Amino acid sequence: MEYNSGSPIYLQVINELKKKMVKGELKPGEKMPSNRELAVLYKVNQNTAARIYREMEMAGYCYTKRGIGTFVSEEEYMFDNVKKEMAEELLKNFVHEMRDLGFQKGEIIEQIADYEEEQK
Amino acid sequence: MLEYRNITKKFGNKEAVKELTLKLKKGTIYGLLGENGSGKTTLMKMAAGLTQPTEGEILFEGHPLSYQDKASIAYMSTEPFFYSYMKVKDVEEYYADFFEDFDREQFRKTIERLGLNEEMKASAMSSGMNAKLKAAATLARKADLLLLDEPLNGVDYKAREEIIALILEEADENRTMVISTHLIEEVESFIEDAIFIKDGQLVDVVNVETERMTTGNSLAELYLQKM
Repeated sequence: MEYNSGSPIYLQVINELKKKMVKGELKPGEKMPSNRELAVLYKVNQNTAARIYREMEMAGYCYTKRGIGTFVSEEEYMFDNVKKEMAEELLKNFVHEMRDLGFQKGEIIEQIADYEEEQK
Repeated sequence: MLEYRNITKKFGNKEAVKELTLKLKKGTIYGLLGENGSGKTTLMKMAAGLTQPTEGEILFEGHPLSYQDKASIAYMSTEPFFYSYMKVKDVEEYYADFFEDFDREQFRKTIERLGLNEEMKASAMSSGMNAKLKAAATLARKADLLLLDEPLNGVDYKAREEIIALILEEADENRTMVISTHLIEEVESFIEDAIFIKDGQLVDVVNVETERMTTGNSLAELYLQKM
């Protein structure tokens, strides 16, 4: 995985894992990689791997069965929440940057519609 | 777990390390960063007991570093250290003879996974294969402190990735690893604390994730600022 320089590594990995949940690459109830596997997979140290699962557990994205491993949450609503959250995050950044450039609400919506049209 | 106390190391009139004090924690992966000739190798060799400080003291697990500690400390030098006639299986014997903590089973498994085999001769190997062999042998030791001097130097991209995966597999909360490198981008995502060394002196020790969170600086950016 390619990391960008600005934000903490553990947050970037969490985002990647959330994306996998939304895209269905990580399914409800599925066993997630062990800490060690996660470390090798994402080229992070084991403290970061442990932190990733700790934070994800606190947010309810996954849960740990002692001695067995970490599993993706079985709550379906969780997946919708993740999708909404990630969309909100992207929108927030986008709108913030557009406003910074001086675009107003109507203009931003127009820009999106135009863009979609051009892509067809 | 390892402590350098006011260490100075002189080679003739030249001071390779100057009044350096540094404490390493258990279970942490350190990046030892600095230009060539900044004192990185000397620092590692002193911890490995291969050279003595001119002044100051090194403590290991709270006691002055002694000959016996060599059993718990694995050092991998940057130059190839196998005799050219050695085959992979000879390296295995050599390590098994020298180090009680050497795990043959693990070494064999790693060798196979890395695409090497027991009959290969060190002299006939590419630099990437040699680097993998060195890393496999060193990391098969169940040492508490691992000192890897430029493990990624002169190695192609794929072999670098394989060596990093090997390092991350072997890292755990009981082992301390020190990795010297000038390939900052390669270690950016997994180094926990970066030790910056310049002209034999300690410039700073920085927790990489904390830095990303507070200032948004990556390791590469920090390196440029500090050095």
